[in-house]
Amino acid sequence: MSDVLSVILPVLAAVGLMLANGVVLIYMLRKVLGHLHLRVGPMHVGWHGILQTVADVGKLLTKEDITPTNVDKALFFLAPAAVFVPSLMAYAAIPFSETWSITSLDTGLLYTFAVLSLVPLGILMAGWSSGNKWALLGGMRAAAQQIAYEVPLLLSVLPIVMLSGSLDLVEIVAAQGGYWLGFVPRWFVLHPLGFVASVIFLIAGLAELNQTPFDMSEAESELVAGFASEYSAMKFGLLFLSEFSNSFIISALGVTLFFGGWTLPWIPADVVAKIGPVIFMLKTYIGIAVFMWIRGTYPRVRIDQLMSLGWKRLIPISLGLIMVTGIAIKVVETVRGVS
Amino acid sequence: MTDARDIATEAGMLAPEGTHHPGLPPAGIRRAPEGVDGLTTEHLIINMGPQHPSTHGVLRMIVEMDGEEIVSAEASIGYLHRGIEKLAEHRQYNALGTLMDRGDYVSGIHGELASALAVEKLMEIAIPAKADYLRVLLSEINRIASHLVWFGTFGLDTGAMGQFLYAMRDRENLVDILEGITGARMMFNYVRPGGVLADLPAGMAAKILEFCSGFDKYIEEHHDLLGGNEIFQHRVKGIGAIDRDTALAFGLSGANLRGSGVAFDVRRERPYAAYGEMEFDVPVGSTGDSWDRYMVRMEEMRQSNRMIRQCLEGMPEGDFTAKVPRVLRPPEGEVYAAVESSRGETGIHLVSQGGDTPYRFHYKAPSLYALQALEEILPGHLLADVVMIIGSTDIMLGEIDR
Repeated sequence: MSDVLSVILPVLAAVGLMLANGVVLIYMLRKVLGHLHLRVGPMHVGWHGILQTVADVGKLLTKEDITPTNVDKALFFLAPAAVFVPSLMAYAAIPFSETWSITSLDTGLLYTFAVLSLVPLGILMAGWSSGNKWALLGGMRAAAQQIAYEVPLLLSVLPIVMLSGSLDLVEIVAAQGGYWLGFVPRWFVLHPLGFVASVIFLIAGLAELNQTPFDMSEAESELVAGFASEYSAMKFGLLFLSEFSNSFIISALGVTLFFGGWTLPWIPADVVAKIGPVIFMLKTYIGIAVFMWIRGTYPRVRIDQLMSLGWKRLIPISLGLIMVTGIAIKVVETVRGVS
Repeated sequence: MTDARDIATEAGMLAPEGTHHPGLPPAGIRRAPEGVDGLTTEHLIINMGPQHPSTHGVLRMIVEMDGEEIVSAEASIGYLHRGIEKLAEHRQYNALGTLMDRGDYVSGIHGELASALAVEKLMEIAIPAKADYLRVLLSEINRIASHLVWFGTFGLDTGAMGQFLYAMRDRENLVDILEGITGARMMFNYVRPGGVLADLPAGMAAKILEFCSGFDKYIEEHHDLLGGNEIFQHRVKGIGAIDRDTALAFGLSGANLRGSGVAFDVRRERPYAAYGEMEFDVPVGSTGDSWDRYMVRMEEMRQSNRMIRQCLEGMPEGDFTAKVPRVLRPPEGEVYAAVESSRGETGIHLVSQGGDTPYRFHYKAPSLYALQALEEILPGHLLADVVMIIGSTDIMLGEIDR
């Protein structure tokens, strides 16, 4: 019995976390964008509109679920699930603290990227099955874009893997413990090679998330609502939710890889160990706030510019970075070996 | 049994059953490309609009695409047609301005002014100097307000949202000023044949000057935020280039023409109201791409700001309207009067046969000419460029469909 429970409970926790995240993030997005835009965002449902998202979820759940005549019914029905499930799976390997994670995997990093790369399949399904030209264009864009940016995203984290010597996210965080020069935290973002990797990771991550300035698949001023054009009610809600959950995943990965995960510098280790998950969530939310800041300010690139940025710039740079990292590691080893 | 459809078909008004249906692409659009070596890819024909978020109103573009590239484009207009020209034939001359407000509704003063100038020209009414200055003042305030809407929505077309609301913040101040002077926020009905409706209320001059000095700073902020962004520059530079000859051939005017390097400005070439006494520069572009049009409009806002100050400084004393009869009855004749509106040369061609209503009232809308040029310049661009180019020409469906 307890075996079954220990399997089911973490899954339920992941679902709960994802739903709660969705609700919080939508509210946060509205407020952050609102204040960036000299507006105030939702104000009427609850204190400062805090219940607005809850009301919206209620609306989405009770709304009529329209299936247009021209859709490919099976794919149209399946697509939201095909988008939602991988985002849910991606929560599995995220370490919220040294001990808190849904499951611990030796190849957690690889696993997270693998499941995230399933998302464009669902988006393509949604676009293709909708029987709508805008949706089709949005779906095709999403597929092309995510294939193009998966590569630099994965390549950009390889230097980190090389530096820390592990694909296990917990190990990667552990490798960032301690200080340089006695006071600078050994976060990879402050490492010269890690910094370059983090910039590539940010750009590729934004593209992977379909976020401004790379929100090709749902560019509302070009494609109306993109791949989600024909979706309504909770099917739309699922597409929407998985988008927010993906931005949580990418931000969490960024925090884990470059910003020391659940650790905080200059604070005694036993205190940090107690509030690890809180620190982790806080850092992740700060990351998401940065995404939202970019979203509220930046214009969108064009699809061909996006492609050439991905294939012609980011991939060569990240490949070069891997090479430089390899050489640097060898050089350091040799120097240390001699002395 | 014959129904209306059969009668219409017999009369040649409708194509016979089966030969035409609404899904068929209109003339000028190729349906299927010729195959090379038996390999054919089908062109995608999509309707942009009339309910598309970035066609600036109710424009419908029928776009044929090869992948994301535009093969041909056709504009389908008339979704906002209210029959302004026909309605004008049943309105007294005083009421023409009311109709013009609803033409180019983002810069109503210019439309009103064009119709008032036409009537005045026909009746040879002398306008007091103060009315001329007030007309220039309001025109320029309205020009900035209109350009700010263009600036904001142009950014929205690229997906940038922040500057839209910053532009709206400034426009809000201007609209408040306009409301204070005219009593309305968009449909002013302020410029009347013979002069204007009212003088500046007490304290308004100070309020306008306060805006002017703030705007000196804000315009640079706006430009830095949008124009200074490299992504934006990549999206507009070299996109939608209209060369000088094409611009002239299509009869473009306003910033669209000046962006292509022709320094034509009605305010300079054929001064009306008090423009002859104003000092201002006419900015011109060189290549005629979207970036040039952007830069020209940004500079126009600075120049308008300059003119607003000149108006307030040189505001003459006296009446704000001439003595005109209650019912205007111009003599028989034909007249054309044009103003430089926010979008170009807005002209009114007025034909009178005596009596108290016009015989013919033609509205020359600059946006219509820009729209026609779009069909020429869109092919070869990407879908994402379509919205950018439409945005850069600043077309206004209210005056196209009238």
